[in-house]
Amino acid sequence: MTIRYTFGGDEHLFVECNEEMSLEAFFTSLSMAKGVRESGIKGVTEICPANASFQIKFNPDIIHPDDILKEVKAIEGAAARAEPILKTRIVEIPVFYNDPWTHETLMRFRERHQDPAGTDLDYAARINDYGSVEDFVGAHSGSPWFVSMVGFVAGLPFMYQMVERKRQIQVPKYLRPRTDTPKLTVGHGGCFGCIYSVRGAGGYQMFGITPMPIFDPTQTTSYLRDFMVFFRPGDIVKFKPIDRDAYDQAVEDVEKGRFAPPIREVNFDLGEFQKDMDGTNARLEGMLHGH
Amino acid sequence: MAIKVLHHGLATTVQDLGRPGYFHLGIPVGGAMDRFAMRAANLLVGNDEGAAGLEAVFIGPKLEFTEDALVAVTGADMPAKVDGVPQPGWTAFKVKSGQTLTFDFLKSGARICIAVSGGIDVPEALGSRSTYPIGALGGYKGRPLAAGDVLPVGKGSLASEGKTVDEDLRRKPDMPAELRVLPGLYWHRVTEESQENFFADEWKVANEADRMGYRFKGGRTLDFVDREQPFGAGSDPSNIVDSCYPYGSIQVPGGTEPIILHRDAVSGGGYFMVGTVISADMDLIGQLQPHTPTRFVKVTMEAALAAREERRAGLARLREALT
Repeated sequence: MTIRYTFGGDEHLFVECNEEMSLEAFFTSLSMAKGVRESGIKGVTEICPANASFQIKFNPDIIHPDDILKEVKAIEGAAARAEPILKTRIVEIPVFYNDPWTHETLMRFRERHQDPAGTDLDYAARINDYGSVEDFVGAHSGSPWFVSMVGFVAGLPFMYQMVERKRQIQVPKYLRPRTDTPKLTVGHGGCFGCIYSVRGAGGYQMFGITPMPIFDPTQTTSYLRDFMVFFRPGDIVKFKPIDRDAYDQAVEDVEKGRFAPPIREVNFDLGEFQKDMDGTNARLEGMLHGH
Repeated sequence: MAIKVLHHGLATTVQDLGRPGYFHLGIPVGGAMDRFAMRAANLLVGNDEGAAGLEAVFIGPKLEFTEDALVAVTGADMPAKVDGVPQPGWTAFKVKSGQTLTFDFLKSGARICIAVSGGIDVPEALGSRSTYPIGALGGYKGRPLAAGDVLPVGKGSLASEGKTVDEDLRRKPDMPAELRVLPGLYWHRVTEESQENFFADEWKVANEADRMGYRFKGGRTLDFVDREQPFGAGSDPSNIVDSCYPYGSIQVPGGTEPIILHRDAVSGGGYFMVGTVISADMDLIGQLQPHTPTRFVKVTMEAALAAREERRAGLARLREALT
């Protein structure tokens, strides 16, 4: 893959590892971003990794753009040789699919959708060749997802489905973005899943809602006391379908500080995953359930 | 010392020079849209440049003071009044205990910065007092001000009353406004003809212009270079695999209306970008009103760095004059 370098004005260097999304491109971007951090290039103020690219903010009063470009390019080779292995964690996230709140919202913005006659779930199931919404939900929650970027708004994870490309769910974004999306909506656009961390505008299709907060500026949620943002790139997510009663119970548990998402430390090896996706996923899920 | 908010204006927020360091998690730098104006207002009343002040857009707030304080209003031309008596802009004036600060109609520009001696003393969140309303973070309870709010103010001095910023140091957008742009990022996605049109056309600031982004209308639609869309990007030719967005970057969803991301930017997304407004011109954007005719001016990196140096020199002159 050819890495493309371009400047975002006089304060940003933008590095595209690949035009196309893949876990290989993600790992190249992650290891280059890590390489830049570790090399301590003077004048670098922020490093933001994305799905298949990353961005460096720098102070041109300290380092000339030509010089930072030279120093970052020098890291390319070492990053390409880095083993795509990650010490990370897997978390199980409950999802109430086809919930009343995203349903109310998607009906309110129906004229902005490709298929005004149905729901986002009906539409996604149909264009991805699933016979029913139940089958679609089964696929959505049946394999894990890889957090390949955190951002857009505070703490929002972009998630890449860990199955062969031909099995990946793909949907277009709304024709025109909505001005409203319920907080904690589980959405999908292009090949990426997401969880809307806060209420606001959005263009992804809406499939359900999770009771689990992932951004808490008050830092009172039990598992967000150390830091207000839950996700980091490289996290692995498994969705667990729940019904209304389980959702209400989880919301109450969150409010009372009793909610604790199952989280396990895991190693992820891209080579192993590519050789045997289903086997790797089964091992990861096994860790989640204590096997 | 406190300030009682009697009326919030249109959208008035606590802002300082922002919270760098969290953009990789989707939390933008925030802070005053017009950094130079906020620095000047603070220096005028004897504060550190990075103290928190108020930023008000289009309509000023109505504020009652519980103790004597020095106040300076910079940025847009929106005359301040103390108990109805007009006060000069870009100048430190005194507000006595019990007096009320109000504002006349906006004459030019879009945003005023209001600094108060001692600074607005709300708690810091991630190292800054700036308000990030979408994340309910920082500022006064994470939101724009509302009538009835009581703002804590730090301990300040009244020593610099009457200090003023020379007219030639103040910076205002030209008419039409000119924003210098370094082409790049996904510039290669549009045809050569569209690349020329983008800089040749006159654009107008649209109504959707806020701290997150400024939208523009009126130029010709951009045509894309044909390609098979890369996997994961989405089917529209303006889509890319979701990437980071630089501050000041110009995305053009569907090739129709450019949006410049500003201080409260979303940190990334799936629309291609044609380039980035240079750092020296970011302050100007926050002073553009809807319908302002605007030209994008193509510059090189060299010119961007020279313009940045010029702004640095301007800031040095400001500091020399006020400290």
